[in-house]
Order: sequence, then structure tokens, then C-alpha cells
Amino acid sequence: MRVAIGTRKGLWTAAGMPGDWAVSHPLKEMAEFASVAWLPMGDDRPPRLIVGARSWFWGPSVLISDDDGATWSEPEAGAVTFPPELGAAVERVWNLTPDTREPGRVWAGVEPHSLWKSVDGGSTFTLNQALWDHPHRKDWQPGAGGPAVHTIVPRPDEGMAIAMSTGGVYRSADSESGWEPANQGIKVLFAPDPYPAYGQCVHRIAMDAENPDLLYAQNHGGVYRSADAGTSWQPIMDGLPADFGFVVLAHPTRAGSAWVIPIDAGTMFPPEGRLRLWRTYDAGETWAEVGEGLPSDHYASVLRDAAHVIDLDGTAAIAFGTRNGSVYASVDEGETFDEVAQRLPDVLSVRASA
Amino acid sequence: MTVLVRLPQSLAVDAGGQHELAFDLAPPASLADLLDQIQALHPALGRRLRDETGAVRRFVNVYVGEDESRALNGLQTPVPADAVVLVAGSVAGG
Repeated sequence: MRVAIGTRKGLWTAAGMPGDWAVSHPLKEMAEFASVAWLPMGDDRPPRLIVGARSWFWGPSVLISDDDGATWSEPEAGAVTFPPELGAAVERVWNLTPDTREPGRVWAGVEPHSLWKSVDGGSTFTLNQALWDHPHRKDWQPGAGGPAVHTIVPRPDEGMAIAMSTGGVYRSADSESGWEPANQGIKVLFAPDPYPAYGQCVHRIAMDAENPDLLYAQNHGGVYRSADAGTSWQPIMDGLPADFGFVVLAHPTRAGSAWVIPIDAGTMFPPEGRLRLWRTYDAGETWAEVGEGLPSDHYASVLRDAAHVIDLDGTAAIAFGTRNGSVYASVDEGETFDEVAQRLPDVLSVRASA
Repeated sequence: MTVLVRLPQSLAVDAGGQHELAFDLAPPASLADLLDQIQALHPALGRRLRDETGAVRRFVNVYVGEDESRALNGLQTPVPADAVVLVAGSVAGG
């Protein structure tokens, strides 16, 4: 199992299995890595590592490496850049999502609110004009971290769902012809109208392994489920120790199964300092705490892109990192975790690969 | 006229490994003219200095002679013949 770890001040990878992890030296320094991704390359080639970097001095970049970070490449003109006539500038690449529907297709969620597509394995990206031209864009506001599209969920057909802070969930039948808000039932805690059509601060969404119309959402307050591809949402947070958090992960192969990592909204710590995942096997009807091996005196949160789940030989393997620089991994559906790395900078992004 | 641009170590990789670059500009020239030529000849370096809107990045300081360009006339600051232009990251971080 490979794990890419993007932090506020550098990039690392880890390889191994529970009890036997090898963590790299810093592959990149003096930049933050809000997004990382592994792109399968087929045959016997290692997966491509794609990272969204931002130097506080020299601006944002998307870099790719085909040798586990030993060497990097980036187009001279940059991989993600707005056309000059739009008068906009990329601040940060928040999310990189390989799209398994087509080899070489990768999506990027970017600040300011925008969606970008690559068809060459992450080397270059083009702006999704339909979302950029959306009449709601002027109303989308920055969340605490900035105004960005941060979650990208390709469906098995050509449809897609995305989430942004703030703005909420939007969906499209083909990603090109138009986007509609899909937030009915998701409560807003920070505006006069608790149920607007859009404007929610949805932190992350995930799609069920077997039913693409079944979505899960970790909202800025509240965990939700949609059985109709986002047309309507129902709360499913009963039984959780906190309804706040940044992460929701859907099981890679098992229907109705997902995890959240609850965070106390008042402290931004795990409830009572217990860093745990909560797992459902019935689409949110019931939840159970999992995570043996995780600390019970932990005082830092887990950010949206700092958790990932993959199918590893028929079981779910999970990796996640914390804002106080620890990375944990599980190869048994989250039942038990092993510490992969510790004392790193603030972990912003984590992605695993088999 | 020739203008010499001095770069920090972290930007040399975007300038073919060089820490100093010389540019020929037609007088009268402004800092914008110089940055446009950098963008044209060294696009990777150019976008480290300015974003897509043409603005100098927030934590990039560009000195024309002894003065940082924001304290002069920004991108319209005249660049005299034989000027030395220093690019430096702000004193920031932690």
C-alpha cells in the first residue's frame, strides 16, 4: 500500500503494510500540498503521483511524478491557469480526482470556485466553462479555507456531483451542459434561511459503492444521505457523537457502507479527545465506533482531503492524517489502525494506492 | 538597453539554473515591459512572479535599483538603462 501525504509544509510518501511502514524523506519542501492523487497507469508501471502545490511566494502548481516523487514535471506555462481574458487567478488546487471512466482523465477542484479537467493524466487542465459561467457563482462565498470546489464525484455514467464551500452540492448529467444545485434538505446553520437551494457549506460527499444515486454528505453541521442522486437529502447523524466533521468516505465495494470522523464543532477536536471513525453498514441507519489503535487523547482535527479509502484485495483500506502531523492506516475496514507517520506538519491531503 | 535581473536560489530552476538573466529592452521601458519579456522568454519563471491577471504575487518583491516597486509606481515603474532588478521573496513564513 502506498500513501501520499500532503502537508502545510512539504510532501511525503509512505509504503508498506501495518507494522512495516517506510516513510520517505521530504519529497518537496517549502510549499503546501492541499491535494494529492495516485493515477493508475496500467501494466507494471507505478501509479502517477499528482500533487497540487502552493508556494506562499511563487504561487500554485500541479506537478506529476512517475517515479514515486524522485523527479517531477510541470508544463512551463503551468497545468492549471485561467485564460487572461477571464481576469481570474488560481489560488490553490484543493482536490485532484482521477476519473476511472476514461484513462488519463483527472479532475481538479480549484480556488476560486472552479472545476477543471485533464485528459492527459494531469499534465494540463481546461476550465469547465459551464460551471464558471453559472449564474450562482457570484453568490458562492468562501468557507474558512477559501472559495473552492473541493469534492468531485464522477458517476458511472457521464454524470457528476461536486461540492463546494460555500455553495453546496451541484450536479450535472454530463459535466458540460450545465450544473444544478442539489441541496434540498441540507440545513444551513449560518444564514437566515436554514434550507436554501444553494449556499450550504457541505464539507465532503461520497457515492455508494453499488448505487450511484445513494450519496453521503458530511455537512458543516449534520451528516446526510440522498437516495436520489442529490435531489433530496435526509439527516443520518443520530447515533454519532458529533454531527460536525470534514470527512465522509464510502466503502469501495460494499453497499450502504461509509465512515465519518466526527469532530466537536466547539473545539475542532475529536469528541472527548477520542480520535475514532464511525462506520455504518446500513446507509446511516446505525453507526458504530471503530478504530482500535487510534489515540484517545488527540487534540487536532482531520481535514476533508486528508482521508481516503481504497479496495485492497477485497477489503477496505483507509488512510488518514491529522492536523498535528500523524498519519494512520487500516487494512481491515477501519477496525484497527496503525501509525504510519508522526510529527509531520499539518496534514492537508492523503491518498492511498494499492 | 540591457537590464540585469537577479533571482533567488529557489527561482533559478525556472531560469535554466541561472541566478542572473540579462534582458534587452527598448527604452523607455517599464517594469511591466520587463516582466512581459520574462514571461515570453521564461514562462515558468514569469508565472512565479505574476499571476494570470498580471499582478505581481503578494509575497514577491521586485526591487528596481534600491526600491521595491510597490513603493515606486508598481508595474509602471520606469526601468532605466543598465538597471539591476532584484527579485526576492518577502520576509515571511515560519
